[in-house]
Amino acid sequence: MEQMDLSLVDWSRAQFALTAMYHWIFVPLTLGLAFLIAIMETFYVKTGDEFWKKTTKFWMTLFGINFAIGVATGIILEFEFGTNWSNYSWFVGDIFGAPLAIEGIMAFFMESTFIAIMFFGWNKVSKKAHLAASWLTAIGANLSALWILVANAWMQYPTGMRFNPDTARNEMENFWDVLFSPVAINKFLHTVTSGYVTAAVFVLGVSSWYLLKKRETLLAKRSIVIASVFGLLSSLFLVMTGDSSAKQVAEKQPMKLAAMEGLYDGTTNAGLVALGVLNPQKEAGDKRPAFLFKVEIPSALSILSFGSSSAYVPGINDILKGGYMYTNTDGKSEIAKPTAARISDGKKAIAAFGSYQTAAKAGNRTEASQHLGVLNDNFKSFGYGYLTHPKDIIPNVPLTFYSFHIMVTLGFFFIALFVASLFFAFNDMLTKHRWFLWISLLSTPLVYLAGQTGWIVAEVGRQPWVIQDIMPSVAAVSRIDTSSVMVTFMLFVLIFTMLLIAEIGIMLKQIKKGPEGEH
Amino acid sequence: MEYTPTLLQEYWWFIVSLLGSLLVFLLFVQGGQMLLFRIGKTAEEKTMIINSLGRKWEFTFTTLVTFGGAFFASFPLFYSTSFGGAYWVWMAILFLFIVQAVSYEYRKKPGNLLGSKTYEVFLFLNGFGGTFLLGTAVATLFTGGNFYVNKMNLASAGNPIISSWANPWHGLEAVADYRNILLGLAVFFLARILGALYIINSIEHETIFTRAQKLVLHNAVPFLLTFVGFLISIFLSDGFAINPATSKVYLLKYKLFTNLIEMPVLLALLLAGVCLVIWGITSTTLSAKRSTKGIWFCGSGTILTVLSLLLSLGYNNTAYYPSQIDLQSSLTIVNSSSSTYTLTVMSVVSILIPFVLAYIWYAWRAMNRKKVTLEEMSKETHTY
Repeated sequence: MEQMDLSLVDWSRAQFALTAMYHWIFVPLTLGLAFLIAIMETFYVKTGDEFWKKTTKFWMTLFGINFAIGVATGIILEFEFGTNWSNYSWFVGDIFGAPLAIEGIMAFFMESTFIAIMFFGWNKVSKKAHLAASWLTAIGANLSALWILVANAWMQYPTGMRFNPDTARNEMENFWDVLFSPVAINKFLHTVTSGYVTAAVFVLGVSSWYLLKKRETLLAKRSIVIASVFGLLSSLFLVMTGDSSAKQVAEKQPMKLAAMEGLYDGTTNAGLVALGVLNPQKEAGDKRPAFLFKVEIPSALSILSFGSSSAYVPGINDILKGGYMYTNTDGKSEIAKPTAARISDGKKAIAAFGSYQTAAKAGNRTEASQHLGVLNDNFKSFGYGYLTHPKDIIPNVPLTFYSFHIMVTLGFFFIALFVASLFFAFNDMLTKHRWFLWISLLSTPLVYLAGQTGWIVAEVGRQPWVIQDIMPSVAAVSRIDTSSVMVTFMLFVLIFTMLLIAEIGIMLKQIKKGPEGEH
Repeated sequence: MEYTPTLLQEYWWFIVSLLGSLLVFLLFVQGGQMLLFRIGKTAEEKTMIINSLGRKWEFTFTTLVTFGGAFFASFPLFYSTSFGGAYWVWMAILFLFIVQAVSYEYRKKPGNLLGSKTYEVFLFLNGFGGTFLLGTAVATLFTGGNFYVNKMNLASAGNPIISSWANPWHGLEAVADYRNILLGLAVFFLARILGALYIINSIEHETIFTRAQKLVLHNAVPFLLTFVGFLISIFLSDGFAINPATSKVYLLKYKLFTNLIEMPVLLALLLAGVCLVIWGITSTTLSAKRSTKGIWFCGSGTILTVLSLLLSLGYNNTAYYPSQIDLQSSLTIVNSSSSTYTLTVMSVVSILIPFVLAYIWYAWRAMNRKKVTLEEMSKETHTY
């Protein structure tokens, strides 16, 4: 049988990553700004003060410019599951498709229906109905995120399903397990709050620019207070959910954690790298040091990962070699198998699946049942059977490591930023400290960097898995020519970049015009 | 093995078909975009048209996304086979929809990089290409695709892909079948008719009314020719039937026509739909009374017609996505569906659909209570 062209997998990954990263430039602002707008409009309805109406409409205009391209890139992502990852679409469509369909029915319609009233309904519906539309738009956008993040979390931690060898796919057994899996809850909360922080920093940055220019002073000052309170609460919550995420990664995706920390050899009392430069020569299994330079917080990684300084954190080499104790998904302790053994188990599972199908078609029930036994015994390693070498399970360590550290550092920086802005705002010192206004303004691109690096950690860190342990990306692609994916990739680069430049241009012009130029 | 669809599979084929028919109705947005330069001669006229369509574009977009999501969830094998196989057709449709989404919001904004005209051209292209390609893609449900499906491939670690296309054209070959082109053109002209009728209904402007009325008539003739031509061609073609005793797919003469005779409710829906479409067109163009309600007749007629045709594809032991290369790879509502459990979960969620339709209706009425006028455009603080 012809072998698959591996560059097809790489180009398909690149295309999906490109779309997802562009999508995530626009979505987080939508998630948070929708709530900030609804809060401002609530002030308007409560007080009847036209100032709040003007302020609401100003931020709403920026929201609308951003929303359009977020929607456009979103549709591409949904359809790319079919166009570029068709095998995946069948293998887990029974589980993954459901949240997507529910998103469409429940959330996306809500958002897109009420957004029309939000923009054009000022003179067509009552004040209260308009306010309700603004809140429902915000809720719809966040509900939309809920369902897609549930689906994404399931890929990181597959649960509530079983493999059906007769249909050759995974089938959902318990919807509540999928919806309320601890990874899903945490992923949703962590991701949407990162969107709230993005919006808060964006509002803070734009408002700071007005103060620097000595324009729209009242709008800017009031917006800063609202954004900073919203941002501070969100970023504190972000730290909490980030901590839970790290614990879940340690338990369910140990290789990702090892990559996040550049940890090759596991240890108890593992330290957390506060600052470090990876050794670019380092490879799994060699004796070279992993870092050229690092500053560690002693025992912090063990504590953050497993709640105890004496906890053992396995490194990349340990995961390849196996032999250490860990807690499995059933909550029991067991000895980790070497990756080579898991590859062998995976191959047994895949072969047993093939033999089961042949025996079942021939009507040989006894033989089919024997093969089914082998398949079930080894299914936990099913996806490993598509890999050729143990090192295939190592993600891109430098990209994961640096992304993780940038994300965390920026997360703490934003807390400091919000605290400082509130301090200056309540003491009416904002305009006196121009350096702070400049920092706030320059933080705007940084919050986007934080969001992007967060997704890189989550997605690059879990490679090669599309579905953790069950399906690697090499088994998930569509059978298309690599050249076709290359062409569409280039077209996406061109069109997304062009639209991004257009969006930035429009945003800047609109901000420059200010609330009076809103139309 | 017997071929016995469950109620859930039939229910979800109904939901997907309903979403498909709503999508075709909502293509009036694309139809209106195509007519932008024909109906709107001045900048004000164009702005009125774009603003009336712009308040509805998200319904079309959302329905397309939900249609895709519902297909993925209920019939994932179709999703993986059609999207992964007919790659170029779907990619072309996606590109045309990306440029639409931004055009409304960017067109009049200063600093938009490309200038207003470019975004208007994007809207035109979305209408022109989007309707034709969607029609052609849907037509392949009637005429078939060049694909193989072999789930056993999953047991091959070196090449585990289960669905594959039999030629390098990846869907572009659909335009070589005249029946696909006929449906593509029928959807194209129907969208233009619906677009013109919607503009008549939502904008108060005498010149725009007159131009749109003329265009309804001009597009009605090619629409009827291509649609009737398509119906005749598929009714006279061999259909892809399933032997209920063995689940084997085989070719059967006049299968789709027979389906309508054997399911008279669908035949009634089709006839009612066609009559409503014709009434919508004639009441707007030929009646002595000035009518702006044509969109409602034509729209509901479109929904009934498309629903009846799509339902006839999946019911009555028919393969809804036939393989021209390997009959037994053809997709049916049984062999391509999600599990009973998943369909049940989604069916519970589908109870919400009437609520969704209710608030969409509320929003539509609220926004269309007052027609778009030049005066409104000058007063409105947010325009496209």
